[in-house]
Amino acid sequence: MKLLSAFLFFCLLSMPLLANTPAEPEMAEALRSSGKIYVVVLVIALVFVGLGIYLFRLDRKVSKLEKESQSDKS
Amino acid sequence: MMKQEVNTGGLMQNSWKLLGLLLVLYSLIWGMLGPVPKLFVLNETIRNLYYHVSMWFGMMAMMAVSLYHSIMYLSKGRIESDFKAEQFAHTGILLGLLGITTGSLWARFTWGGWWVNDPKLNGAAISLLIYFAYVILRGSLEEEQKRGRVAAVYNIFAFVLLMVFLMVYPRLNNVDSLHPGNGGNPAFSSYDLDSAMRLVFYPAVLGWILIGTWVALLGFRVKMLDYRRALESYNRPGENSTTL
Repeated sequence: MKLLSAFLFFCLLSMPLLANTPAEPEMAEALRSSGKIYVVVLVIALVFVGLGIYLFRLDRKVSKLEKESQSDKS
Repeated sequence: MMKQEVNTGGLMQNSWKLLGLLLVLYSLIWGMLGPVPKLFVLNETIRNLYYHVSMWFGMMAMMAVSLYHSIMYLSKGRIESDFKAEQFAHTGILLGLLGITTGSLWARFTWGGWWVNDPKLNGAAISLLIYFAYVILRGSLEEEQKRGRVAAVYNIFAFVLLMVFLMVYPRLNNVDSLHPGNGGNPAFSSYDLDSAMRLVFYPAVLGWILIGTWVALLGFRVKMLDYRRALESYNRPGENSTTL
């Protein structure tokens, strides 16, 4: 009887421990379910597209300079 | 919208640049939204695989191309090869710096410190220092051919060390590393890295390699313009070049 009550007591003691260990890893589900994640993704995508356009413009400027330097020579 | 930008030099000639941008854009979007395995400690940061690891893959590709051009310089002696080797190494260093800072940030929140004593981290730092030395060495030599040859030989040496420090040393059995696939840690394939993650990661790597190549070639073209201009003003009587 003493043993059983001690066992139950320790079971109770370990209850908070059980509650603290999640059954599975925590993921950002709330961010996803609220749909706000799309706002973040859209911002990232816009920034990147902007950088891409900038790179193409830079490329075109260099091409123009190359053409000018070619025509200078001939 | 972006297609309008691709009107110089023909669409075919530039389509690989657009492909690089689109692949990375896809990895940015789907990397955030796509499904990932649920793991303790890593949690959502597992998505950093798409952004952090692709920097290193890109860096190694840039250094490999740089090595190729260094070897071409040594065999053919054309200045173009020397400039290309330099520009690809510069782009590789940029990607490496981004890789090491993003890795440090990721480590802070998963391994508990900005810098942990991990062989792959230290190896990466050493490799970057070796490539800094390449830039300094190349910049310290004035004479064109000597600079090209010394830089090319050093670049071969640097690439071998890069492979040793990033690929060989962290994988040795008696070395402990926190990185997956090293020192007995589960490898890439057992991240649960299902096909879903591969479907984002590999396009990201290819995209960054294409963008890196693009940036390096842009630098190379500017370098050639500068070189030709300096050469012409040197040949013109009454003018002296200072930038040659």
